[in-house]
Amino acid sequence: MTAPSEDIPVTVAEPGTGTPRLAVENLRIVMPASRRRPEADVVDQVSFIVQPGHVLGLVGESGSGKTTVALALLGLVKRGLAIGGGKVLIDGQDILSLSEHELQKLRGKTVAYVPQDPGSALNPVLKVGTQLREVFSIHGGDADRLTQVMAEAGLEDPGPILASYPHQLSGGQQQRVALAMAFACRPRLIVLDEPTTGLDVTTQRRVLDTVRGLCRTYQVAAVYISHDLAVVAEIADHVAVMYSGRLIEIGAAHELFASPAHPYTRGLMRAIPSMESSHELHGMAGSPPRPGNRPAGCAFRPRCEFAVAECELREPQPVVVSDSGHAARCVRATEVIALTGTALQARERTVPPADQPVLTISSVSVSYTNKPVLRDVNLDVGARQSVAVVGTSGSGKTTLARCVVGLHKDWSGTITFDGKQLPPGVRGRTQDQLRKIQFVAQNPYGSLNPRQTIGQIIGEPLAHFTKLPGKEHDKRVGDALTSVALRESFAARYPDELSGGERQRVALARALVVDPELLVCDEITSALDVSVQAAIVELLLRLQAERGLSLLFITHNLPLVRSIADDVTVISAGQVCERGPVAQVLTAPREAYTRQLIGDVPSFG
Amino acid sequence: MARRSEAITVLGRAVRTPQGGTGLVIFGLVVLVAAIGPAVAPFSSTQFVTAPFARASSIAWLGGDVLGRDVLSRTLDGGWELLVMAAVATALGVGVGAALGVMAAYYGGWWDSVIMRAVDVILAFPQLVFALLLVSILGPKIWLIVLAVAISHMPQVARVARSAALDISERDFVKAMQILGIPGRRIIRKDVLPNLTSVLMVEIGLRLTYSMLVIAGLSFLGFGLQPPAASWGLMINENRVGLIANPWGVLMPAILIALFTIGVNTFTDAVARASLGVGGRATEPEPVALVAREVT
Amino acid sequence: MTTTVTAETEEAQAPKPRKPHPIRDLIIKRSLIGILTLVLVSILVFAATQTLPGNAASAVLENTATPQRLHALEVQLGLNRPAVEQYWTWLTGVLHGNFGTSLANGQPVGSLVGGRIVNSLILVVVAGVIGTLIGVGLGVLAAARRDSVFDRVLSVSSLAVTALPEFVVAVVLVIFFAAVVVHWFPAVSVFVPGTAPWSNPKELVLPVATLVIVIVPYIFRMMRASMIDALESDYVQMARLKGVPKWRVLLFHALPNAIAPTIQVIGLSFLYLAGGVVVVEYMFNYPGLGQALVSAVSDRDIPQIQAIVLVLAAFYIFVNIATDVISLAVSPRRRLPRS
Repeated sequence: MTAPSEDIPVTVAEPGTGTPRLAVENLRIVMPASRRRPEADVVDQVSFIVQPGHVLGLVGESGSGKTTVALALLGLVKRGLAIGGGKVLIDGQDILSLSEHELQKLRGKTVAYVPQDPGSALNPVLKVGTQLREVFSIHGGDADRLTQVMAEAGLEDPGPILASYPHQLSGGQQQRVALAMAFACRPRLIVLDEPTTGLDVTTQRRVLDTVRGLCRTYQVAAVYISHDLAVVAEIADHVAVMYSGRLIEIGAAHELFASPAHPYTRGLMRAIPSMESSHELHGMAGSPPRPGNRPAGCAFRPRCEFAVAECELREPQPVVVSDSGHAARCVRATEVIALTGTALQARERTVPPADQPVLTISSVSVSYTNKPVLRDVNLDVGARQSVAVVGTSGSGKTTLARCVVGLHKDWSGTITFDGKQLPPGVRGRTQDQLRKIQFVAQNPYGSLNPRQTIGQIIGEPLAHFTKLPGKEHDKRVGDALTSVALRESFAARYPDELSGGERQRVALARALVVDPELLVCDEITSALDVSVQAAIVELLLRLQAERGLSLLFITHNLPLVRSIADDVTVISAGQVCERGPVAQVLTAPREAYTRQLIGDVPSFG
Repeated sequence: MARRSEAITVLGRAVRTPQGGTGLVIFGLVVLVAAIGPAVAPFSSTQFVTAPFARASSIAWLGGDVLGRDVLSRTLDGGWELLVMAAVATALGVGVGAALGVMAAYYGGWWDSVIMRAVDVILAFPQLVFALLLVSILGPKIWLIVLAVAISHMPQVARVARSAALDISERDFVKAMQILGIPGRRIIRKDVLPNLTSVLMVEIGLRLTYSMLVIAGLSFLGFGLQPPAASWGLMINENRVGLIANPWGVLMPAILIALFTIGVNTFTDAVARASLGVGGRATEPEPVALVAREVT
Repeated sequence: MTTTVTAETEEAQAPKPRKPHPIRDLIIKRSLIGILTLVLVSILVFAATQTLPGNAASAVLENTATPQRLHALEVQLGLNRPAVEQYWTWLTGVLHGNFGTSLANGQPVGSLVGGRIVNSLILVVVAGVIGTLIGVGLGVLAAARRDSVFDRVLSVSSLAVTALPEFVVAVVLVIFFAAVVVHWFPAVSVFVPGTAPWSNPKELVLPVATLVIVIVPYIFRMMRASMIDALESDYVQMARLKGVPKWRVLLFHALPNAIAPTIQVIGLSFLYLAGGVVVVEYMFNYPGLGQALVSAVSDRDIPQIQAIVLVLAAFYIFVNIATDVISLAVSPRRRLPRS
């Protein structure tokens, strides 16, 4: 995907290139001043253009303001926010100056929106058909086109779907309905807000193909918002990166990803795992500033390894670094881009030979009232080894983890730990067994007791398994905190004062404070931003090496598996599909399912 | 390592809001009147001081009641028993009800079914009717009324406690404790109960209002304290006849009961708002959850 | 080839799943539980009147009880027979429509209570329907005009009114409309037995108004709250982003979702009315079940009490079932499982 050389995305479109389909000029969205605080901007100085038939990827982590910008493209601001300035020009017309009535006519017809979570974006009490036909009845247009529109979105047999309620459809089907609704009136601009988050890779692949096809066919301009850079790489012609409400880098997709010009973008690229090779992941310390709390000068300065004195003085203006219009808001952009690639170190994982595996799962089966969830699963985890278990949602991998840990009791088969068979639930297990197998869950917000301090949370398992005198106990808790790179002063804080990444570290500390042998991690980074995920994963691997832990790592993220695991087991519909060393399975898979899974994963290539 | 007391945090937060502060002040005022009333009343509540339903005068500031007793004095005397009865019935009802609800939630299975069936049976009557039923058998004895009201609270409280406890038991941090093999009882005490505090506080507020309504209502119907005792509910009934001549005999106790319930309700609403932001992220309280607390 | 044949025959042998009828199943299941609950209630009521200290006989005779008179009355009332036998006699009588004889005036309880059921039902239904309409209407309007003066005034006042006991509301209404300020409506009803209550509608106004005022605040608050929730939901935002006009969003997207939690509250309000009528009927001297219950309790008229309580319990159970059924009907998510 080469960018046409006449595109200059940064400020205003040059005359002669034709009116761009979408031109955003210095968009500013604010939280209006209240009694308690002055006006705080959520998004400011955002400018870009998109030509017909092109896709602009808008990327950023949580809190970057990308969704706020997305909604503004339809003239909508969330409750509590207001437009503070700037223009959104669609075919030359500034929609921010339109009345609500005029905007309403525009939405759905000229500009369409594809939501992030179609499950909650479709009205649960109205049939799908009613909601689809509504678009036609409001904006005019041929309701007979309904079938055609649905077929274009990939819904071949429209009848049953139209008669269903949204909750009766699968995630993929729901998203296709949303796509059909968006493309129904042949809009000129489409805004897609993380439309594939929550879908498994295969469905995601299909949705991306559909979107790309539709945009090309009807010359629709698209803005594709995502936090997943690989997905954006697959679909976007140009990419704009947002950080703390500012557009900090923009350029042609392949160029931007290959040679980022802004330290933040570079940081992001270094945090993303790749399926091709196992390399170190680099997180970025700290977290983005919230609206109203921005530091003086560049918002990224506190976390930036390239920061100089000048960065604190004023907000940097865009610096153009190449002829194709690649630009970044950094005073040292030209230096950053010159750094070849992202300089990531390959990781050599040496697996020490293990005589007896620490954990052996044989023929484990689980079924919930006639529906089999796991069938005859076999798995081994050796000493100091990391074994990843991958599968899509519903594959049964979480159930497997819960069986190992004792949360789920109704399973048949045998699980052997340290040579001895494990009783099904927690009740029958010995103190030793309970201590040596520890668990970290996915949701950082539910796993910590909001009533207790961090120190109490970490101390609870310690107090249960060991009866240490006060001073020693406190010291162990303090050590656990430092081992997860948190200051000891965190012990007095409460969970609601911590970020998601910090909470997962606490959950890790709690699991590790009792010196386990096996750590079971169930999608522990799925709810975290990619840079935070990188930091947690590196921390985990370091701790594993230091303490000789075995890891059973459940995930759906294949590239992550490459970075973290020695062996991988692929589970599909409750059965083990393929098993083996990571490099082998990911580069030369034997089974068709595995091949398809790998092929569906978006990549930068 | 002092554990942060959620109750204090939430109460503190609630009191600081204008709504919470107002509610507390109104409620406090009524409690004050009821508590100190008997000591400052100008006359005894059984003394005849003026003509029946006489207008307000310099002797009787609120005029006379049905028998010519001082309305002001009787009003000042007539509150504390009501309040004490309401308080005891509430404490008993919420205490036992919450215990039952939490047990049903945590132990599940057979226990759960039995408790919930019993709850359904008692819930098949209005609270007032349940109390009337018992009164009809044993007569209008004070302890009986308190017990009847307490029992009629238990099902509702048990339901709320059970649902909140179930909610909490599903959360990951409780599972994290279960994995360690920590026994059920300890988990309830240390992890589940403390998280229930705010729910229970709201329940106490709501139940207190209901207790007052039912007990005053019973007294109005003639089944509370018997004449010649002074009791607000009874006074409203006795003085109804002379409403046109001297409305104060009815109005004053009615105003006091109303202020009490309005004060408690307003404060409880503020507590509910304050507590919904606690125990996780400080978010804007969801409107439905707010109202649902009161109704279910 | 063999494999396909085996697969086919296996499929043919597997039982076809039956089409679920969630509403019908719910009605059946809840009715059965309801009958069970009613039986348990009747046992509870009966046991209360039999096993607590003092029995019906001593309750009737009170201070005039001498051992002989007590015994004579006990035999007359059948109280000397075993408890289970008494219960059975009573229960079979009830199932035949015979609720026993009133201890107060010797009339068959069935006819005493029967007419009054209709009177109370009128109050409850009229107040319930009017209250629901007002509460729902105001709730929708307040949510649509959130944080406006209209909304704030209603919200604050509903919080205050909701706390008031019925007799206070009744008293205030009487003071304003019947006794002190104006004299539009009678303070007490003067019913001629045998005439229908609606023959003189003026007498219904204050009792119904009291009940309406008591239930409107809850319904209003719940409707407003769930409308606000619906208006902030993703699907309403999506509808706006599709270009759906505001009024349509309110009525066709938000309201159908908001009504579900409110149905629970409406049901609870009807239940509350069942208790509320007791005080209101007493206050206005309205010839309904509530008033009968109060006098029966004063007179210790056990058979009448048993009958009225049973009727109330049956009403409760019926309303609960209706609420659950309607609730299910408006929630497609619960009604139809994922295919």
